[in-house]
Amino acid sequence: MRATTPTQDFVRGIWMENPVLVQLLGLCPALAVTNTVKNALAMSAATFFVLTCSSVLISSVKHLIPKEVRIASYILVIATFVTLADMTLQAYAPVQHKELGAFIALIVVNCMILGRQEAFSSRNTVYRSLLDAVGVGIGFTIALVMMGGFREILGIGTFFDIPLFGPNFEPWVVMVLPAGGFLMLGFIILGLGVYEQRKLAKEARGEAA
Amino acid sequence: MNERPDPDRIEVQVVDTLQPDGVQEAPLEEQVSTLRLVATLAVAGALAGLLIVVVNLHTKPIIDKYRAEQLRLAIYEVLPGVSLYRTLYLVDGALSAVVPAGAKAVDFRQAYVGYDEAGEMIGVAASRGESGFQDIVLVIFGFEPESGVLLGMKVLESKETPGLGDKIFKDQVFVDQFFARPQTPLVAIKAGSGKGQPGEIDAITGATISSKVVVSIINNGIAEWQPVLEQANLERNVPEEAP
Repeated sequence: MRATTPTQDFVRGIWMENPVLVQLLGLCPALAVTNTVKNALAMSAATFFVLTCSSVLISSVKHLIPKEVRIASYILVIATFVTLADMTLQAYAPVQHKELGAFIALIVVNCMILGRQEAFSSRNTVYRSLLDAVGVGIGFTIALVMMGGFREILGIGTFFDIPLFGPNFEPWVVMVLPAGGFLMLGFIILGLGVYEQRKLAKEARGEAA
Repeated sequence: MNERPDPDRIEVQVVDTLQPDGVQEAPLEEQVSTLRLVATLAVAGALAGLLIVVVNLHTKPIIDKYRAEQLRLAIYEVLPGVSLYRTLYLVDGALSAVVPAGAKAVDFRQAYVGYDEAGEMIGVAASRGESGFQDIVLVIFGFEPESGVLLGMKVLESKETPGLGDKIFKDQVFVDQFFARPQTPLVAIKAGSGKGQPGEIDAITGATISSKVVVSIINNGIAEWQPVLEQANLERNVPEEAP
């Protein structure tokens, strides 16, 4: 593994290695619950909490976990934090909890979280793992809020429950349905790809000149 | 900027393909004893369980309180004019004000008998769930047990399609029909094709299945509860022992 600085650990998860938009990890919640910004935020917050806590805990006990049972141990740790997040959300944000439904419990099998434990927390210091988890968590939040924002604006005509258009706006219902999630993710990744390619082409021209 | 962040992902894959070796217990050097593996997982599991119990002790009362509050508000909504209600439990096909000793209240079907300020019975509320377009739709409804007139309904739980099926609780025109004291059994009809018959409910265009489910829940629910209530011969006035 290439050596990285703490700053890089933190920054790369946010955009360059964005878990959803670049690594295409954790797509299930990214598609399923991002029909409004509020839901996207609640999902991101829960995932952020689970990811950060798991990374810190696993990196601090990594020497105690035998290699043979590490996956089981990671899942156990993640599942515990998910259950805590589930109960806390249910108690303090019941409306969001109702909207998110089973997807909170499904954070357990979010490959992004397990991936970070396996690839990073299990072989780095607590401090580095915390930076990495916070960075990836922010990246996940950005991606989900982006999806939620676009889908809510197009599909319901509101942003954060605030109506944006007049009463004559005909909502594009498909955008808040699951199919709209796939479409929106596709368009966002397409847009990023085009942007990246243009930048590369520009750099290549700059070098040639 | 064009350095692609692949190393991480590649490592994940490599480790994953190695995993079966560990599972097969190949005679590698430095093998960790099975006891240690089991002990690690057992300790981790016990700690995880402890943590969950602690948080659950704290959050469960809040969750239960919220649920009870939601139910109470819903009962007040579907029985307009109610000032207090008492809960009856369906125990072995008959209504009872108390749960048999040792049993939990949530294990029994419940009916809520509502009384107005003068202590006169207004009606009975009950909840029922049936399969909708996506998942179970849970509806609470209030009705007059003798006449079968519907007093109101509220959707408690639904995962119906946003923008279409969720109109069963977001479309005020549709919801208001259930508060206009229609005679049950209800009939779901295409909007605007009504002939003025009692019990006609205009279904929502684009949400026919969801609309019909609500109507079916209410019809079946009332059909289920009416004979039980008749048998129980409810007092017209609020019973003395009621809180």
